[in-house]
Amino acid sequence: MSWDKVFNFTDYSELLPLVHNSLLAGLILGIVGGLISTFVVMRDLPFAVHGISELSFAGASGFLLLGLNVVAGSLVGSLGAAILIGLLGVRARDRNSWIGVLMPFGLGLGVLFLALYEGRAANKFGLLTGQIVAIDTPALSWLAVISVIVVVVMLLIWRPLSFASTDPEVAQARGIPLGPLSLLFMVLLGLVVAMSVQVVGALLVLSIVVTPGAAAVRLASTTAGATVLSILFATVSMIGGILLALGSSVPISPYVTTISFAIYLACRLIAAARGRSRVF
Amino acid sequence: MSDIEDGAQLVRLSGAALGFDAGEPLWEALDLTVRPGEFVAVLGANGSGKTTLLRCLLGMQPLSAGTISVLGKSPTAARREVGYVPQQRRFDPLTPVRARDLVGYGYDGHQWGLPVLSRRQRRERIDAALAEVGATRFADAPASRLSGGQQQLLRIAQALACDPRLLLCDEPLLSLDLHHQREVCAVVDRRRRDHDTGVVFVTHEINPVLPYADRVLYLAGGRFTIGPVDEVMTSQTLTRLYGSPVDVLKVRGQLVVVGIPDHPVHHSSSEPHDEPHDEPHDEAPESAGPS
Repeated sequence: MSWDKVFNFTDYSELLPLVHNSLLAGLILGIVGGLISTFVVMRDLPFAVHGISELSFAGASGFLLLGLNVVAGSLVGSLGAAILIGLLGVRARDRNSWIGVLMPFGLGLGVLFLALYEGRAANKFGLLTGQIVAIDTPALSWLAVISVIVVVVMLLIWRPLSFASTDPEVAQARGIPLGPLSLLFMVLLGLVVAMSVQVVGALLVLSIVVTPGAAAVRLASTTAGATVLSILFATVSMIGGILLALGSSVPISPYVTTISFAIYLACRLIAAARGRSRVF
Repeated sequence: MSDIEDGAQLVRLSGAALGFDAGEPLWEALDLTVRPGEFVAVLGANGSGKTTLLRCLLGMQPLSAGTISVLGKSPTAARREVGYVPQQRRFDPLTPVRARDLVGYGYDGHQWGLPVLSRRQRRERIDAALAEVGATRFADAPASRLSGGQQQLLRIAQALACDPRLLLCDEPLLSLDLHHQREVCAVVDRRRRDHDTGVVFVTHEINPVLPYADRVLYLAGGRFTIGPVDEVMTSQTLTRLYGSPVDVLKVRGQLVVVGIPDHPVHHSSSEPHDEPHDEPHDEAPESAGPS
């Protein structure tokens, strides 16, 4: 193989304007992904993220087959999965087996829809591994609108959500409605996952919605601090990934996931050096 | 509807019963009042419904019969003025929360939206609650790095952050060493003396609370006894309550209860499952004291 395919920075200045939309999308996704990521880790939901993204893939490929809007399909699949997981998986053990049941079904449906689809192959592959160059202005507006909704709702529920994510028993005794709050959080998570699927693909959503938070909680001592770090990590991974992928002929996903993973490793090492936890 | 007498009582249960679909009620015909500044210890074996009683007082569990009022209101309406201390349970080591954040949850953790109150007022209130339990020196430490005893003091500070008129404690001494058990009891006692806060204290450990308890509610096999410590904690009273011979001995100034039956005679049918903590030493003496 030639490394030119992986790293190639010739004609960089001419290429840069072409990815203007992608960079904006990456920035938006970094912010909301990082914002929700800390709580995904605190609430022990990484597996749910995986489950939701597979169902989101099924929705998107179903809509692609029917000739409908792929983003809408992705949202339908994602929100449906998030709500089902929120309603049926209240306890952690229940939840994990329920996700394990739901996920292969969603993935199977997705495979079926794609097998029946006769359009461009890039459309199929993109849903699984990312297609950020395909972000056009209407799609970007959708991302922006959904992001604003997620950020505003997260700020409104910030205090009860932090309380309930740290100490659910006492939070409930203080009158916080754990069930509805948890369901609302799942809906927000569904929205963020549907957005991420458009950009990094269903298989790699975890690198934006789980890894930054998992890295941040190793270093930060407050929930707000962890969230700021997590947003920073997610944004660096997204923007860095797009910029590195620009001259290459491979999708952006491997760049994003590698940066995200490297940040996580670095955080573990720093935490170990500070004596807060062991590396392994 | 709330007359003068009602207002003077922090807790008023009358003819209260609690039963689940199958089997006999956990307890019934329970009358209990708690006055301001009063320390009521709730004792009894596992499965006797101690924790469920607290859940009723918190409005998380409806009674199956009788009436309940907390601070002269429904338990749900009173919740903001009630402090709750759960049993000790470690936080996950990766929880990004400091000691003072945990206390802050008790102050405004239930509020939606962005904070509108002044940050200074919030900080003062949290500092005061931390000082009240003697936790100032580890106020900025990550909560998950603290010892079980320190975490339990924080839980009390959290419960005090809302300046409660009633404090409900559910096995706060569980898995603490004797030193911390005494410290927790002393902190709770000081609070109720200084602020006239009523205390309902559910516990397995009799001895640490004996110096402070004004009255004991002893639950056993669907029945109960309420009264001053020296009237309830006698061989005669507990033998009558359990329906089989029970001895209350005083050894080196510590009370030891011997002979509590595995299944009280009149409640042998099904094992109630209300208490989340399954302790293996169900039939052991209720308190071991210092050895």
